[in-house]
Amino acid sequence: MTVETHPHRAPIPKGRWLYDARVRSVLYQTLLVVILVAVGWYLISNLLVNLERQNIATGYGFLDREAGFEISESLISYGAADSYGRAFIVGLLNTFQVAILGIVLATILGTLVGIMRLSSNWLLAKVSAVYVEIMRNIPLLLQLFIWYAIITVSMPSPRAALQPFTGLVLSNRGIQMAVPAADPIHPWMWAGLLIGIGLAIGIKIWAKRRQDATGQPFPVALTAAGVIIGLPLAIWVLGGAPTEMSIPELQGFNFRGGRTISPEFAAVLFGLTFYTAAFIAEIVRAGILAVSYGQTEAAAALGLRSNMIMRLVVLPQALRIIIPPTTSQYLNLAKNSSLAVAVGYPDLVSVGNTTLNQTGQAIEAISIFMAVYLSISLSISAFMNWYNKHIALVER
Amino acid sequence: MTDQSASNAPVQSALQGKLRPPAVSLSILGWLRANLFNNWYNSVITLVLLWLLYVLIPPIFQWLVSDAVWWAAPPEVCRAAGGACWAFIHEKARLILFGLYPYDEQWRPALSVMLLLGLIGASLNRFFWNAWLIAAWIVGGTIIGCLMAGGVLGLPPVETSRWGGLPLTLGLATIGLAVAFPVGIVLALARRSTMPAIRTVSIVYIELIRGVPLITILFMSSIIIPLFLPTGVGIDRVLRAQIGMIMFASAYLAEVVRGGLQAIPGGQYEAADSLGLGYWQKMRLIVLPQALKISIPPIVNTFIGFFKDTSLVIIIGLFDLVGAAKSALTDPSWRGFYKEAYFFIAVIYFIFCYFMSWYSQYLERTLNRDVRR
Repeated sequence: MTVETHPHRAPIPKGRWLYDARVRSVLYQTLLVVILVAVGWYLISNLLVNLERQNIATGYGFLDREAGFEISESLISYGAADSYGRAFIVGLLNTFQVAILGIVLATILGTLVGIMRLSSNWLLAKVSAVYVEIMRNIPLLLQLFIWYAIITVSMPSPRAALQPFTGLVLSNRGIQMAVPAADPIHPWMWAGLLIGIGLAIGIKIWAKRRQDATGQPFPVALTAAGVIIGLPLAIWVLGGAPTEMSIPELQGFNFRGGRTISPEFAAVLFGLTFYTAAFIAEIVRAGILAVSYGQTEAAAALGLRSNMIMRLVVLPQALRIIIPPTTSQYLNLAKNSSLAVAVGYPDLVSVGNTTLNQTGQAIEAISIFMAVYLSISLSISAFMNWYNKHIALVER
Repeated sequence: MTDQSASNAPVQSALQGKLRPPAVSLSILGWLRANLFNNWYNSVITLVLLWLLYVLIPPIFQWLVSDAVWWAAPPEVCRAAGGACWAFIHEKARLILFGLYPYDEQWRPALSVMLLLGLIGASLNRFFWNAWLIAAWIVGGTIIGCLMAGGVLGLPPVETSRWGGLPLTLGLATIGLAVAFPVGIVLALARRSTMPAIRTVSIVYIELIRGVPLITILFMSSIIIPLFLPTGVGIDRVLRAQIGMIMFASAYLAEVVRGGLQAIPGGQYEAADSLGLGYWQKMRLIVLPQALKISIPPIVNTFIGFFKDTSLVIIIGLFDLVGAAKSALTDPSWRGFYKEAYFFIAVIYFIFCYFMSWYSQYLERTLNRDVRR
């Protein structure tokens, strides 16, 4: 007894050291690392030989060279004379634009459909169920092609464009909307909006502290809405209340004025939104069903109406179940936005693909895609984890 | 109190068995009232929806069925009819289903698809779950390979660049999942391993693949793999796409299986240890069967997602179902029948995906050994 230092570990018989778990563990891991390094070394030496043979320079120097191709839509100024680096940034911003809008719209639509599927109205529930089944079982890429075909083939030409009302034009060139004509007051209004949002967050924090301390509730939603809308409105009035609109008008073969949503952008946005919304709807439905029915009954016994039960009792609890899987849907949406390349929307992958074909810098271009998408994925999950922690149930 | 209840008693007994429940809770009217018109806003919603369906369904039915051209006809007849042009599908079905495979040899992909579907069908039946099934797959797979590639038994060889349509979609999905599933299990076990080097390799691989879109993996496999091979050695284009799909599917399956592994109580591991089972015996006999059973729903979800994702190979230039349908649309004399083409493809995908989810629910029910309360 006194000799044994490890009472649970039997002494290893001589010559059988191979059967010791620790020895094996070290052996396996060394083996794995050696194999990986050997394979990696072999592949990279092949790569270097191949690159040299094809006269492809390695490195990211090509990003400063002139791109020489046009990009059909961009949020920042861009011309063919700009560099590949700037082209990548244009593509990245386009990816962000479609992904962020898609996430917002898919969340709204998905939540609605998810709640609708649980409606006591039989017809509404069935219609929502059919929507979900159809959207989930058809590949997103096919849906993108269908949306693109609907917009570019089924819609009339600009000359015969549909005009449901003045200021909205639907044609095979996309969707044209009237927007306020450019005015020096607009940047200030945007600034006002940002300050308003900041103030609203401040009010929310202050109101929560006050309620925790004194129990006095504060009408946060109303005040926040007032601040967010009121501040830009006040700036607009102070700036002389310009009301001039830029209205899309047919000139020659195309429309001038207004803001244009291109068919490519519309197809990608619609496809991503309707597809992801079906998945979010199922998550929302499962989340609501997971809240025990006793909660609903208890709220009803307190005399709350059904919409208040949903808003004040069921949804806040369901959110805790809904958030984590919804995060992965957001990630999927962001990654799926790369399918934009199939309908010609100039997102990051599309621009990168053109660059790759022109320069042959395959490794560099693909490493840029991967780095960008990895950072998007990691940031979305970091943010959603923070939010999830924020609203998670704190149990004593 | 007692007096009152005593005085009511004869009335209650007289009513019992004589009055039926109110009609509104029994008849069709009652059902309508309870499910469609139970309060004012539900009534409004019902009416709006009925109106929407009335506006949408008849024109769709008219287009799909009554105004459609069902028989083989030239495109002019279709354009005049105004409905769906199923003549287009008649004309192009073989192109959409089999891609660019030589026309006279298309019985080979057709037979391969039937054989593959037969094998899959047999594998779904629990009656056939034994060692013979593996033998059947090996024999069947060899026959399918010979049929598709040719070059034996007097069959003219057909290079993979001409493969396409349904055989390509089904083949990429089946082989992809068949290889990715065991790889995914190994990755999941590695991620839960106590050996730091093995765990790290697995984590890096899984997170790297899951963090990027499938397109970039396909680009990588189609563009970068050739760069890493020694000079003069090439890998077939279809095979490269298949490698990319396997890398992608295995990372996703690994995470699903890991979820199942985490749900197994520690007592199960301890019980296996106390029986003196080694690591692989413990996993194969005790842990994995339970973990895989728990994760059937997410595994099938991954399968369905993967099956749909095979459509992305069109982006690296392969003619799967979607790619073949798009190429059918480029025929100048049949231009503009994209609705029919896409509808045809969408129905094929829908049937496969819907069937998979139906089967997973069936499997969940039959494999459920828990005592039901």
